[in-house]
Amino acid sequence: MTSPSENPLLQTERVTIRFGGLTAVSGLDLQIGRNELIGLIGPNGAGKTTVFNLITGVYQPTEGTILFDGQSITGCKAYRITARGIARTFQNIRLFSSLTVFDNVRTAFHLHLQGDVRHALWRGRAFWAEEKAIATQVLELLEIFHLEKFRAAPAKSLSYGDQRRLEIVRALAARPRLLLLDEPAAGMNSSEKTDLMRLIQFIKGKFQISVLLVEHDMQVVMGICERIAVLDYGVKIAEGRPDEVRRNPKVIEAYLGEERTHDA
Amino acid sequence: MTFKHAKLLLLAALLLSLLISLFAGRINSYVLFVLYAIGINIILAVSLNLINGYTGQFSLGHAGFMAVGGYTAAVITNQFGDLNAFAAGALFFGALLAGGLLAAVTGLLVGLPTLRLRGDYLAIVTLGFGEIIRVIFQNMNAVGAARGLSVMHGYTNFFWTFGTAAVTVYVVTALVHSTYGRGFIAVRDDEVAAEAMGINTTKYKVTAFVVGAFFAGMAGGLYAHSIQFLTPSGFNFMQSIAIVVMVILGGMGNTPGVIIAAILLTLLPEGLRWLAGIPSLPGIAKAYPFAWVGNTRMIIYSLLLIGLMLTRPQGLFTWKRRPILPA
Ligand SMILES: Nc1ncnc2c1ncn2[C@@H]1O[C@H](COP(=O)(O)OP(=O)(O)OP(=O)(O)O)[C@@H](O)[C@H]1O
Ligand SMILES: [Mg+2]
Repeated sequence: MTSPSENPLLQTERVTIRFGGLTAVSGLDLQIGRNELIGLIGPNGAGKTTVFNLITGVYQPTEGTILFDGQSITGCKAYRITARGIARTFQNIRLFSSLTVFDNVRTAFHLHLQGDVRHALWRGRAFWAEEKAIATQVLELLEIFHLEKFRAAPAKSLSYGDQRRLEIVRALAARPRLLLLDEPAAGMNSSEKTDLMRLIQFIKGKFQISVLLVEHDMQVVMGICERIAVLDYGVKIAEGRPDEVRRNPKVIEAYLGEERTHDA
Repeated sequence: MTFKHAKLLLLAALLLSLLISLFAGRINSYVLFVLYAIGINIILAVSLNLINGYTGQFSLGHAGFMAVGGYTAAVITNQFGDLNAFAAGALFFGALLAGGLLAAVTGLLVGLPTLRLRGDYLAIVTLGFGEIIRVIFQNMNAVGAARGLSVMHGYTNFFWTFGTAAVTVYVVTALVHSTYGRGFIAVRDDEVAAEAMGINTTKYKVTAFVVGAFFAGMAGGLYAHSIQFLTPSGFNFMQSIAIVVMVILGGMGNTPGVIIAAILLTLLPEGLRWLAGIPSLPGIAKAYPFAWVGNTRMIIYSLLLIGLMLTRPQGLFTWKRRPILPA
């Protein structure tokens, strides 16, 4: 693992986005190192998902630039950014609901297809060989997340937690170098959460990828992240090792503020 | 379905259509005409199903593509007099292809700017496009304008009709049953997620449009050389809607269902026509008690569609129960 400051995999420079009068993300400087697992936390509406949408090209920043592996991806279309090596999951699960579990993952493999439409139409030996190789890889990925037994089931028939795991598998199938996970443990109980965090650490090592993890629950991220950035009202208010962040008065203030609104 | 022996099936279908077309002389000409209509509607419905069903783009312009292909093929074959069977076959094949290709180019030209639109907007724009095409032919004196165009040769036969239908079914099915082709369904299910998986959604939509338009153009050529007379009003938006109804009735993205629906909806008006013609039974005053059904095809279509949407939104021939969404 290299320190993020030298040759980072992803770097945002003063990234800002406004929706009308609302500045959802404001002057964000964020660096993600190679093979680093970094947490992005913050209260409701802090702008975490918006940061994901900015990095993956769903939104274009009002100001600022985003560099991936040293090259600007600002203004690139979402599918091109994915092809370059950034994949994500969605906070509000977005699986391909009419496809099976297997096909949801298979779809993400089209980025690595050697053959094109003509192969699919001709259906020669090369086509079948490639489809078979893809099937093997899909099943390998599903096995990591214990989903292979559901391969023929429609994606939307899975439990909530399994759908979230399937989203991670699908994102991995795009063979990213940076994986963005938006609250992957939402709706899970604490033992499921622990299992999932272990899995995330495992895939990070196995595929040598960087992970940016959004999570509400401070306890969960503290355990596995090497570094944590904290957003509040679109502004990065703290960044550092988990123990540093936990003691940071601004962070405590932001989270206490949230508890106050929850109580109200 | 792995769709493993698809090429063999296609070959078998082509040979079978060839064989039947050799014995077509023994088939009643009205029956043949209805059979051709069935084949043509299968081509239209299955190709529209790629756009509307699998890719989820609501296009209402299929009759426009059909018109482009029909007029193109007819203008080409009209340049020639009587030819021997082989030359006629080659000419017709070339004319059909030319019609399909021109329709595909039209599809590309319409698709590129419009496919950014979603749902209703796309439906309206494609409907408008279909009408523009019709109006262009209506004012084009070279093809007879509103008076219509006589098509000299009745080249359409069993082989060309069902051969093209088989190829259409093959192409659409082969496309969709591949890792590449799952992208069409991904675009339909969730465009944002599809883009996030690296799918160029615009390219997929345009591909669906171009392939769909190509086969609609071929169908137009077959139609022209079956009915042997083209009028612009034959390609109005009612025709587009009739094809959409076949796709919805068969079940969006369900090719076998769409084929069944195309067959039934071709037979339905024929059946109604027959019904309209039967003489009255003794004791019933009117000579033709079912005469009213003669011109109510569209009303019956509409009622069918409304009833269907209320009772079976997944289509008549989609049996798979939709799994219930977890909370
Ligand atoms: N497309 C949009 N148009 C207008 N406002 C938006 C849009 N997207 C996000 N916002 C606003 O930006 C702010 C940040 O939202 P965001 O979803 O990024 O927060 P979050 O940190 O992910 O919150 P949560 O923890 O609830 O998921 C919110 O006030 C939200 O309403
Ligand atoms: Mg969020």
